[in-house]
Amino acid sequence: MKRLTILCAALTTVFTAVANASSDKYDKKVAQDIAKYRTFFANKFPNVKNFGEYKDGVYAIDAKAREQWIEIEDFPPYELSIDEGKELFEKPFANGKTYASCFKNGGINIRHNYPHFDTKTNQVMTLELAINNCRTSNGEKPLGYKKGKIAALSAYMASTSREQKFNVKVPNEAAYKAYLDGKKFFYSKRGQLNLACSDCHMAITGSKLRADIPGPAIGHATGFPVYRSKWGELGTLHRRYGGCNKNVRAKPFKAQSAEYRNLEYFQTLMSQDMDINGPSVRK
Amino acid sequence: MKVKVKAKEKDGVVKAKVLIKHAMETGRRKDKKGVIIPAHHVTEVKAEYKGATIFSAEFGAGVSKDPFVKFQFKGKAGDQVSVSATDNKGQTGKSEATIK
Amino acid sequence: MKISRRDLFVKLGKGAAYVAVLASLPKIAWAKWNAKAFASTDLKAAIEAKYGNMSISDSDKVILDAPEIAENGSVVPITVSSSLPNVSSMSIFVEKNPTPLVTSFAMGKNSINEVSIRIRMGTTSNVVLLVEADGKLHRAQQEVKVTIGGCGG
Repeated sequence: MKRLTILCAALTTVFTAVANASSDKYDKKVAQDIAKYRTFFANKFPNVKNFGEYKDGVYAIDAKAREQWIEIEDFPPYELSIDEGKELFEKPFANGKTYASCFKNGGINIRHNYPHFDTKTNQVMTLELAINNCRTSNGEKPLGYKKGKIAALSAYMASTSREQKFNVKVPNEAAYKAYLDGKKFFYSKRGQLNLACSDCHMAITGSKLRADIPGPAIGHATGFPVYRSKWGELGTLHRRYGGCNKNVRAKPFKAQSAEYRNLEYFQTLMSQDMDINGPSVRK
Repeated sequence: MKVKVKAKEKDGVVKAKVLIKHAMETGRRKDKKGVIIPAHHVTEVKAEYKGATIFSAEFGAGVSKDPFVKFQFKGKAGDQVSVSATDNKGQTGKSEATIK
Repeated sequence: MKISRRDLFVKLGKGAAYVAVLASLPKIAWAKWNAKAFASTDLKAAIEAKYGNMSISDSDKVILDAPEIAENGSVVPITVSSSLPNVSSMSIFVEKNPTPLVTSFAMGKNSINEVSIRIRMGTTSNVVLLVEADGKLHRAQQEVKVTIGGCGG
């Protein structure tokens, strides 16, 4: 009997080790991509000493714009939306429950866990999708995904995670596929202007594209939702994805579509180990 | 009208920052049907300290949406500063802060 | 009769209509919003409506801190300050805005004469700061470039 127990224990150890090794396998593959990505930007902008600085987006590479940005962030317009988001977050649904019941740690200080690959439903789970899932599972109507209340809620939740770092995992093959799908999207040309995300945010970033300097793609995910001066209000990442696609005269996908969620998954993995600094002001 | 105030004192100088939630419609914008959206913007902001007006501002439509203004005065931590705002439709907002 | 927005504002600036605007303002004790000055569509007229015929001279004791190139014309951070004694007001004008007078600050005896604000600029323009002290206007100005045609969406 004792030998059987030892044998079982030994086998369990072996199986666990094998399982861990293969669950690391995709993380390791993606880690290689992340390293290459960081090297690309390090070579492009030698004055940026640490990849963590890219959390500030274009303000990491444009000193004059950074001055104006720092002034605005002194008392930024999104603070009012964070307050609004907190009120919305704490208000109970018709059934008496609150958003806190749907999230780990009551929804506080968890923003950096999104997006993640949900192995149960086999899809990328973003924060906004999780917020609406919480609503519908509690009998409430879902919110629009681009602005308004969803952005305020997302802003409040992001504000409770400031300075946490992204630590996204790629747990299985399906997750890796979603990552590759997002990666392909990022590098594919689209629209009448035939531009890929990488054209503006890797090749051209740092130089002028019409009257703007596009920001570096690394760190894109950290600052959302953003109060864009152009919008005069908060907007989510998928709102910006849609806008950018329209800019190159490509038909945008729907906010929270699989395409944009996979893209967000890819972009967040490329922003691995970077600080959450959302919500933030951007131009 | 939501008004948010923060104030900090250093060496006898108080720096007060104000943020107001307001669309600041200029009266020159058109809606989707091509109809002009009427002007609707903050017109005055007034700050009071120890029962007296310490600072006031007149705003036109050229002030950015969700207006921000930062001003300074001689004062000390622990005291209160209150800020009120009004717009061209008579809507008002007010808030107070303890100087840190 | 169709009237263009420009004509409408010109009319407002020219006096008659602003009285109606003034009458519709709420009757708050300290309400003194200078409707005529804020409705003026011309820099000179706006200055005159606000300050009458006060003399204006350039002064290095009056500082306008504004970016050379505004990152976004809707939100341009500006700081104005003055080391002059007896400052009673500081006003900011954007020459090429449809209505140049943007804002005016009334300073008290315990005020420190430094104020920051975020303003809108429609196009590249001269930004003018006028500081009223001892019955005279002291001026600082700077061109701020505003670019249009970036990445919208």
